Amino acid sequence: MRGLAFDIAHFLAGGMVLVSFMLLYQDRVYALLNIFALHALVLALAVGWQAHTQEAPHLYITAAVALIFKAIVIPVVLRRIVQQLGIHRTLEVVGGVGRDMLAGTGLVALSILVMLPVTQGADPLAREDLAFALAVVLLGLLLMVNRHNAISLVIGFMSLENGLILAAAGARGMPLAVEISVAFSILIALIVIGVFLFRIRERFDSVDMQAMDAFREGRRK
Amino acid sequence: MNGLGLVAMSTLLAVPAGAALLLVIVTNYQRGARLNVGAALLTLLAAAVLLQARPEGNLYLRVDDFNIYLILLNNLVSFTTSLFSASYIAHELETGRLTPAYLRFYHATYQALLFAMNLALLANNIGLLWVAIELATLVTVLMVGLYRTPAALEAAWKYFILGSLGIALALFGTILVYLAAQPVIGQGLPAMAWDRLLAKAAEFEPALLNLAFVFLLLGYGTKAGLVPLHAWLPDAHAEGPTPISAVLSGLLLNVALYAVLRFKMLMSANPAALAPGPLMAGLGLLSLLFAGLMLYRRGDIKRLFAYSSIEHMGIITFAFGMGGPLANFAGLLHMTMHSLTKSAIFFAVGHISQVKGTQRISTIRGLTVTHPALGWGLVLGVVAIAGMPPFGVFMSEFLVVSSTFARYPLLAVPLVLGLLLAFGTLLWRLNGMAFGHPDGGPAAPIKASLWPMRIHLALVLIAGIWLPEPLVAWFHHVAILLG
Repeated sequence: MRGLAFDIAHFLAGGMVLVSFMLLYQDRVYALLNIFALHALVLALAVGWQAHTQEAPHLYITAAVALIFKAIVIPVVLRRIVQQLGIHRTLEVVGGVGRDMLAGTGLVALSILVMLPVTQGADPLAREDLAFALAVVLLGLLLMVNRHNAISLVIGFMSLENGLILAAAGARGMPLAVEISVAFSILIALIVIGVFLFRIRERFDSVDMQAMDAFREGRRK
Repeated sequence: MNGLGLVAMSTLLAVPAGAALLLVIVTNYQRGARLNVGAALLTLLAAAVLLQARPEGNLYLRVDDFNIYLILLNNLVSFTTSLFSASYIAHELETGRLTPAYLRFYHATYQALLFAMNLALLANNIGLLWVAIELATLVTVLMVGLYRTPAALEAAWKYFILGSLGIALALFGTILVYLAAQPVIGQGLPAMAWDRLLAKAAEFEPALLNLAFVFLLLGYGTKAGLVPLHAWLPDAHAEGPTPISAVLSGLLLNVALYAVLRFKMLMSANPAALAPGPLMAGLGLLSLLFAGLMLYRRGDIKRLFAYSSIEHMGIITFAFGMGGPLANFAGLLHMTMHSLTKSAIFFAVGHISQVKGTQRISTIRGLTVTHPALGWGLVLGVVAIAGMPPFGVFMSEFLVVSSTFARYPLLAVPLVLGLLLAFGTLLWRLNGMAFGHPDGGPAAPIKASLWPMRIHLALVLIAGIWLPEPLVAWFHHVAILLG
């Protein structure tokens, strides 16, 4: 039984890494939102499984928050924003998909090489979860670095936060206060982002970050 | 005694939180500004009481020798800034840059920021510390975007993305610290309480701590404006309301650095872990040199001083990275002096940009002729921040340099180079702004109170000439604690 519990936990955490890769090559806004919803769904399952194996009921709350807010509410809201703002449905991928995939593979290898030797003393379940979580965080970073539009940045940031929650759930007995705060912060983040997206539309008629860059000091002269 | 301390500690948190809620309701902006000042004064008094009566720590909050001085400094500066802000916003309202509805929001977020910073400083729990700094980030993002101009929104957006990224990295580091602590301390809250962590840090898995520290340094370092991740800072300072620039530079950067120092203490307590000093000294030196070079080409007065803040955070980080009683002493002193001086400069800059109607350095001329009190205030502030005697900044910079010379003479070369670069540029810029011919432009008289600026400059001057004995003893004590 212990072996099976292990395998399922790894399967789910590995699934998140896989979905993170899928986020990297989307070139349509709606597809990106759908894949993000899938990312959050896998997170909810992974956290739910941790709650079950660790017998930590408070983790179910975290899983539920991930499921309701991130897999359902946020994609729906972002989809409506995209509709209302009439954003271009296609996304520019800077540098090409192949390069992103290679970089992503490198990052996953890096996170495994970094995490596994470091955590030798720790609980083996937490250990591999943590390596996966770091991979998800790094892939989220990669997504943020390589995209110029606001929606992809937001999705990249949220996938990064998903990785953090995976890490927090994997750390056995991590106090509840932190998990609630994580969920809470996402909520606030969404509000802020929502405000920003609307304001951005008001002022620029675009959510392309390069249009915003034009306002920087250097180019204003 | 303990009861009094407990009351003071809860006042520090409850008053700003309550005032933030209350200020959302108050529609009259003058009443709002007065309430803002009153609440800040009350928290300052509570901080002073805390100095005398120290409550016992628990798993969430704690007052010790290290944070008490930052709490006092923080609340002092936020009180004087609230005074400055009251006269600043009246002018913004007249010129129509802000509307009363925005002011309501502004005052509420100001108090929310004070709450977040007090919580971060009081936190004994590394999770709580993270939550507080995150709250402070979100609140300041909203404040930076207050003017709703394209440039302000761009600054706020950039700050938001970089700040959240820093916060995310810091959370990962926090989780790693918990993982390192959990086998030794056991599951649950005690494994996140900072004092318990410190007591047992020697038994933690060193490799895990190392990795955690790298994440924490990068994460909280972003908030402290250290160089590879500083890009948000100049924009946020230049485009937000000036009281916010003063609070950001004077206080929030310190709070972020304080978080790094707390973790540095954990690292030092574990003999097998990586020495955190060289990493911090390296980042600090990089920030100092980079900012010194960047200062040269600034055309915007607030951006100029924002880069100067990066420079000073670099000096402070470098000093703490060097470690040892003398360098730590210098770092603590410099933290205080920079906080007081930089906020005084921003008070002056706020009024200057209001009377001149611009933030462009090239159009600000001959201030000492048109507005003597303000102009000379700026001169004194810049002279102080550039590190000239007899001001306190000179003393702390001198201590940093001399302790570096004594221990690592080679490192002192880039350090002095960075200091001189910044010194030269600041004085050169100041020369054009403060002296020279006033070029006709608008020379509206100022209706502002200059007392907040004068008080800060006086404190910095006094500290440069004579530091009270108890303060010195106390700085020494904390410097030894910091290791």
